[in-house]
Amino acid sequence: MHSLGFRVNALLTLGVTVLALMCVIASLSDNLSVPSPSANVQVLNFNWFQKQSEGNEEVSLTFKIAADLQSMFTWNTKQVFVFLAAEYETPKNSLNQVSLWDGIIPSKEHAKFLIHTTNKYRFVDQGSNLRGKEFNLTLHWHVMPKTGKMFADKIAMTGYRMPKEYR
Amino acid sequence: MDWQGQKLAEQLMQILLLAFAVVAFATGYISGSFQMMVLIYAVGVVLTTLVTVPNWPFFNRHPLKWLDPSEAEKHPKPQEAVSAKKKPAKK
Repeated sequence: MHSLGFRVNALLTLGVTVLALMCVIASLSDNLSVPSPSANVQVLNFNWFQKQSEGNEEVSLTFKIAADLQSMFTWNTKQVFVFLAAEYETPKNSLNQVSLWDGIIPSKEHAKFLIHTTNKYRFVDQGSNLRGKEFNLTLHWHVMPKTGKMFADKIAMTGYRMPKEYR
Repeated sequence: MDWQGQKLAEQLMQILLLAFAVVAFATGYISGSFQMMVLIYAVGVVLTTLVTVPNWPFFNRHPLKWLDPSEAEKHPKPQEAVSAKKKPAKK
């Protein structure tokens, strides 16, 4: 500590190290809270269901998503990225996941929402397997912290079925 | 700074930073605001800089007693460098 430069260096090093420790403890404190999210999706209408010229089927649907993700937010949460995926099985692929809608929830107040929309991204199959197909609508979310590790989870809602004929 | 002052500066620096870190974390966690924690800690860092970095008078209360030049001439240095003396020998 014999010179100014020495002291400034020591202070900055200790300051940054202590800050890093604080961030680690803040990130670990997230494990103390237990989240209890809930979600419900209702398919209101299959708008159209056609086979494209390349042979792939495409469907457009309107749905209503009601979700409460408020318990996912802690003091260390920056935002939550949420997306709705349609999941189904085909002879070629054991799992197909098609993202239909996504959004970013910036704060706790926005985490309880009701969205009534058509699919944001096109629902195109690899082939023509969709007629009468049973599928799940799964709501996935990624919780992005201010400091620490991001984690992801989901709720799967089952029991949806495609129309049997093109329309 | 003299030796005692340097030791004081180091201790003050460590204690102040740790204390502010604890206060900042507690305040941030209880109020649920990450920004509050960072803000309090930043204030703490600035305060610690002002207290420990400049060469304040209270860091110089135990000044080193250097040997008088005329006295030093009577005790010439040994030929080989045997040991580096940190403090001059006081009689």
